[in-house]
Amino acid sequence: MTEQNSRKNIFERMFAIDRRWVYGFLMLAVVLSVIAKPVIPIPISKEARSIYDYMNSLSDGDYIHLAMDYDPSTLAELHPMTRAVLKQCFEKKIKVIITALHQNGPGMAAEAIDTACQRHFELTGYRPESGKDWVFLGYKPYPILIILGMGQNYRIPFPNDYYNVPLDSLPMMKGIRNYQNIKAVINISGTSATDWWITYGNGRYQVPLAIGVTGVMATDYYPYLQTGQIFGILGGLQGAAEYETLVGTPGKAVEGMSVQVVAHSIIIIFIIVGNIGYFATRKKNRVGL
Amino acid sequence: MKRQFPLIIIFSCGLFMVVQYFVPHEKSEFFYEFIALDWPPIIGVFALMLGVISLTRVSITRIRRKTEAWRYSIVTLIGLFVMSAFGVIGHHYPPLSTAFDWSFNNIMIPISATMFSLLAFFIASAAYRAFRARSVLASILLVAAIIVMMRFFPLGPLTSVVGKTSDWILNVPNLAAKRAILIGVGLGIVSTAMKVVLGIERSYLGKD
Amino acid sequence: MRTTHCWICIAATVFICCVLSLSAAAQVDEPHSDTLIVDSTTIIVEPPPAPISNLQVVDLPNDHGHAFHLTWNISADDLGGRNNVLQYRILRTPGWAGPLTEPQGDGPQWRNEQGTWWHLVEGVWDTIASIPAGTAEYFNRGGKAREGNDYSPDDVGFSFKILSVGTGGAVSESAIFGPVESSGQWYHTGKTWVVLAVLIFGGLMLTMVRLARGGRELYIRPLAGINAVDEAIGRATEMGRPILYVLGLGAPDEIATIASFTILSRVAKKVAEYQTELIVPCYDSIVMTIAQETVKQAYIDAGRVDDYNEDMVYFVTQNQFAYVAAVNGVMLRRQTATNFYLGVFYAESLILAETGSLAGSIQISGTDRVTQLPFFVVACDYTLIGEELYAASAYLGREPILLGTLKAQDYAKALLLVAMVIGVIAGILNLGWLTDYFALNI
Repeated sequence: MTEQNSRKNIFERMFAIDRRWVYGFLMLAVVLSVIAKPVIPIPISKEARSIYDYMNSLSDGDYIHLAMDYDPSTLAELHPMTRAVLKQCFEKKIKVIITALHQNGPGMAAEAIDTACQRHFELTGYRPESGKDWVFLGYKPYPILIILGMGQNYRIPFPNDYYNVPLDSLPMMKGIRNYQNIKAVINISGTSATDWWITYGNGRYQVPLAIGVTGVMATDYYPYLQTGQIFGILGGLQGAAEYETLVGTPGKAVEGMSVQVVAHSIIIIFIIVGNIGYFATRKKNRVGL
Repeated sequence: MKRQFPLIIIFSCGLFMVVQYFVPHEKSEFFYEFIALDWPPIIGVFALMLGVISLTRVSITRIRRKTEAWRYSIVTLIGLFVMSAFGVIGHHYPPLSTAFDWSFNNIMIPISATMFSLLAFFIASAAYRAFRARSVLASILLVAAIIVMMRFFPLGPLTSVVGKTSDWILNVPNLAAKRAILIGVGLGIVSTAMKVVLGIERSYLGKD
Repeated sequence: MRTTHCWICIAATVFICCVLSLSAAAQVDEPHSDTLIVDSTTIIVEPPPAPISNLQVVDLPNDHGHAFHLTWNISADDLGGRNNVLQYRILRTPGWAGPLTEPQGDGPQWRNEQGTWWHLVEGVWDTIASIPAGTAEYFNRGGKAREGNDYSPDDVGFSFKILSVGTGGAVSESAIFGPVESSGQWYHTGKTWVVLAVLIFGGLMLTMVRLARGGRELYIRPLAGINAVDEAIGRATEMGRPILYVLGLGAPDEIATIASFTILSRVAKKVAEYQTELIVPCYDSIVMTIAQETVKQAYIDAGRVDDYNEDMVYFVTQNQFAYVAAVNGVMLRRQTATNFYLGVFYAESLILAETGSLAGSIQISGTDRVTQLPFFVVACDYTLIGEELYAASAYLGREPILLGTLKAQDYAKALLLVAMVIGVIAGILNLGWLTDYFALNI
């Protein structure tokens, strides 16, 4: 009788584990995997490869627009994407027009550009220059209006760049008027700015668009991929890790993927434990009835 | 008249926005840019002032009345005014600009990232509570969730099978369900917009 | 013998020099003439590629003007023949001449660029584009602003010609087409199906509203989340604890936010009648302003204007997670009895809902963001899925006129379903003409 009671208690506990235990185990697993750094292979999805291939098909001196529409909260997932895309652009000598249409984004974007330039300098001995290889336009409020405005002329919302240099005085911006002069927009976003880029950037001005979004957002945008409104998706940390692998510099995202796998394993284990508890208690209740 | 005037404005603007969608002419674009592109930032600037005044007044009231956790209101006010000062004055006096950057990089970024990371813990506990095989449908949902979560796992020869199955789950049943909801949402948007433009729905203006 | 060899060398050198100088002279005289390729023994002259034919230029339809659509048959030497076309160069006249210090006269044929004036002169050919070989179409989209260097005025007759540029630089000209004028259109013919859909939907709405006004009983499916609103407000009143209403992170022009205003109005009226405390922290300052008016009006309608306090609706911050932290703080400190999350939500949905669940509040949520719905379903007591959020106001008010619009929505959905089934069948049977007939040309 006592044995039966103790078994019942175990299953009941499995059925209703306090959420703090879940938090604790998850934290422990994440910390241990960060320390141990297990290596996992990164399979490349066709959504990520299509962006890489498109960028690779561009010629020296072609222009792309990198829209960094995120804030520090989603930095862990999205920053590696930005760095990888910038690395590919600098290596391919693709000129990059950069905007940050989130009020907390410009400082972070400036830092990301600086890091990418520094890394390129360490690898090649040449530091990409503002106004020549890239232009950072910064932030302006009301993303819809800015996206529409840039479709007419970059100079409408941004007469000067982030560093207050007039756009007309930058060699790179000579003859560059609007989206018709660029090959694609790569929107890396943790906000609804992605919707605006699809609706207005691609919908109204037909600019080829690829997106990099957080893991939670990614599934929202698959319909647009099927309809051809976007030509590629980088989804969350996985997308970032795929792009890092494609450009040949595994970094924070590839490291983070092992942590994500461990975290997913813990969640799966908890789900299985909860279901064992559920079936055991349900069986007991039936017997009891 | 107090209610009729806003309704007239809503109807006129709504009608114009519908008509301009079908009129590509330059004159239509001019009015569109004037109404839809120029006015919102102007209104937004004034509304932002109202927001700052509201936050300040609520915080001061809490401090004055010493309501529960009133000390947080002091932190709010300090954050609001000190960061604004760093930003505005820093534009002309660079050392304060550095202080703004420092505060942003060392306070704002870690706090925001921490808040976002909470999501991982909440997802874990929510998944544990939600994914129970209570019925056939719940069991299908459970299996689908596990397959999608396992798509990055190094499972040897099974990796490709799990990856493909997970892609199929995301691209076929998941998308089909999403599209069904989105079609409903689309119709709902049109219907709500029509109700508001035609003045059928006016509860947000008060009782009709 | 050595002398003979020497003379032969000198003669050969002189001959090669003559040939080279002749070829240089030929290039100077005729920069677009045939190319001479010289090796030690032969001279090969590369002729220009055949010109393009059948150049047609029309004003681009369904646009704001300032644009032309060019089509042509590619050169016989492009993708065939000698296969020596490098690119096509598109030219247009009248072209821009200047700069001048001031304009002479008015009219569309002037443009102002950084303080200098340019005018259109007949016979001046502007190169408007160089496009790769193999292309048989070009959209000449000019700017509409006189200040831009791509300004292309409407109502001015432009003529076009296309040069086929050979791999050696030789060119051939097409016949001139024109003049053609560009202009903006007052109706986008590619959107006719949208007009029809709007008319059908509008007609359905008006019919249903009329039927409802006439006293017809309209059945609508009950929604558990809506039925729970009264209960949730009553519970808060009994417990003497406040009600939290979160309008989400949406801008005021988003339909989910507008729908949330309508629900807030009805909730606020009930709250005022029950004399319970209402807290509405806002993410957007314009949303806050509208919400303040909405709540105030609800209190006036309930006859409790003295209970209205402007601070019950307040602005927090326009930073996503700072806002979440503030709202979570309110939930945990004030121990809110009921939480409403209705509007646009992103990653913060689960953080809010889980914290509310920890605080033991009854939670009613609703959003049109599909990605966030699973989080709300898991952590809230009731969730309004997608369009249910928009319909909630009609449910709460039970006014015939609003119920009529819901019914119209249902019928529109049925029509859409029929259209989709027809589309699927057309797809399976490969009836491309049927799907093309209904296609939008936006």
